[in-house]
Amino acid sequence: MKTLQKALASLAGGVLLICGAAAQTIQINGAGATFPYPIYSKWFSEYNKLHSNVEINYQSIGSGGGIQQVTKQTVFFGATDGPMNQEQLQLAPGRILHFPTVLGAVVPVYNSPNLTAELKFTGPLLADIFLGKITKWNDPAIAKLNPGVTLPGRDIIVVHRAEGSGTTYIWVDYLAKTSPEWKTKVGVNASVNWPTGVGGRGNEGVAGLVTQTPGAIGYVELIYALQNKIAYGTVRNMAGEFMKASVQSVTAAAAAAATQMPPDFRVSITNAPGTGVYPISSFTWLLLYETPKDKTQAKTMVDFMKWALTDGQKYCADLGYAPLPADVVKLEMAALAKSKTS
Amino acid sequence: MGRKDLGFRLGTGAFALVLVLIVCGIGVVLTMQSMLSIQKFGLNFWRTETWDPVLGEFGALPFIWGTLYSSVLALAIATPIALGIAVFISELCPSWLRQPLVFLTELLAAIPSIVYGLWGIFVLVPLVRAIESSMPDTVRQLPLFTGPPLGLGMLSAALILAIMVIPFTSSVSREVLKSVPAAQREGAYALGATRFEAIRAALFYARTGIVGAIMLGFGRALGETMAVTMVIGNTPRVSLSLFAPQYTMAAVIANEFTEAAEQLYLAALVEIGLVLFIITLIVNSLSRLLIWSMASSATAGAVAPEPAPASEAA
Repeated sequence: MKTLQKALASLAGGVLLICGAAAQTIQINGAGATFPYPIYSKWFSEYNKLHSNVEINYQSIGSGGGIQQVTKQTVFFGATDGPMNQEQLQLAPGRILHFPTVLGAVVPVYNSPNLTAELKFTGPLLADIFLGKITKWNDPAIAKLNPGVTLPGRDIIVVHRAEGSGTTYIWVDYLAKTSPEWKTKVGVNASVNWPTGVGGRGNEGVAGLVTQTPGAIGYVELIYALQNKIAYGTVRNMAGEFMKASVQSVTAAAAAAATQMPPDFRVSITNAPGTGVYPISSFTWLLLYETPKDKTQAKTMVDFMKWALTDGQKYCADLGYAPLPADVVKLEMAALAKSKTS
Repeated sequence: MGRKDLGFRLGTGAFALVLVLIVCGIGVVLTMQSMLSIQKFGLNFWRTETWDPVLGEFGALPFIWGTLYSSVLALAIATPIALGIAVFISELCPSWLRQPLVFLTELLAAIPSIVYGLWGIFVLVPLVRAIESSMPDTVRQLPLFTGPPLGLGMLSAALILAIMVIPFTSSVSREVLKSVPAAQREGAYALGATRFEAIRAALFYARTGIVGAIMLGFGRALGETMAVTMVIGNTPRVSLSLFAPQYTMAAVIANEFTEAAEQLYLAALVEIGLVLFIITLIVNSLSRLLIWSMASSATAGAVAPEPAPASEAA
């Protein structure tokens, strides 16, 4: 009998302990872009190791879904690869702030067998290819940029993303900035009415099609090209240099933009000015309400953000992301200090 | 009627009602969620070809075309093969081979569609591309074979759908053939029929059930999403060419839903779902009618399975 009582008592004590711990745990839910998912989940787990009472959950359901859920307040924070537009911001019940977290880039990949050198591209050339105006690999426009390279007379097969995607947003945003025709005919969105080509699903779908199909050209995220060792071309920046995407050249693009950063951080850094800049780069943003209802969560989130923007940036390089330049971090820290958590 | 009987009747009746309510509920919710798009485009949604998320112009015709064309092609490829399998297993197969064959056809049905899709990308598409490239130029002039040999496109989609449909059609046809009374065959043999003629008589006897089996496959092909989107090329275009990349309704919903942030865009995608719902309803009703008219024109009592709704198995 005694043992039973003891057992019951210890069981009750255990239940109390679990309840006590649960009461102190702060859970924060977020949802959004798939592109930053690997670094976000790394951050959340590393942050949990430092602060065992903070649990941040993130569902990578896509930028559009993230914007929707944060607008409907079903999650505490959202995440997106393309900044919210004015119309979307007005649908939200409160003021939503954008915070850049890391940087990514999109690179042109192609499959042209027996090429002797890496191909060079410019924005207008890529736009003309994706508009279906340049249809052969030995087109004079390509030959002019790549002197000394024997180009085949093969048909160009354009491969784009089939599903709506932040990668597409960055790519077409760059094309629209460098080609007036792209801007008027196609425009900028996470998915567009493609004038030509076939759609592959996901980075792996596009990369798979390009590597299989002689004559194909497509675009994938830099991380994806690096991790899978896919060759990609260089792109001419505003300073006239042909740049290969790398962690350094992508961070440089953000540093160039930092000088003219708008206070709400909603800025496109494709085709950024300056030297050493890779032109198809972009921020990815976390979306937070300026005055959230739950003050405990708000305070925890601000603390987390401060950590992610400073100590957290060291995890970028390993995962293939480019870290934020120091100037941008400084601006964001100032903005976070002003957020209303009490 | 006893009280228990009444209770049982009401209970099962309530479960049947749940089914009706679910179907009606889906219809109502789809209509409500797509109101914005229905009001803006009206009937034009069914007959325009533009799908432009940037300008906010949406027409479903290429998706309707792609869905129906790929399903009909898949059926044309799958039906003879599935029937052949069913006849062989139920009529001609040596008994030691029967169980392994039945097991294998059922295994095909159990493979997730994403796996079919991956196999499609890495095996089927390169194969189709090689076949397309090797076709002589004179053949390539025909409207059925125009366009560059991408591998991706209608032909790959139809082939992969056909493989996915075969186990369904062949399993149901096999069961239907099994249920043909032995007296039918014995009667045929008694009249001096050859084996082929006896099987033909059994097939004729089971025809309503076989039509049902084919429609089951059609329903499955209409709603199949993942494997198709991986090999069809995802290009909204109405084309007769087997080589042309095209698009289906289920695929465009799966692809674009996550990133559709504008209200009208979302409504248009939901309306695609509504259109698919309506088309599935029409196809199922037509097949029901067909089975009824066949059943009433003959006194045959063969098993007629329900035609299946379009369903996504993955």
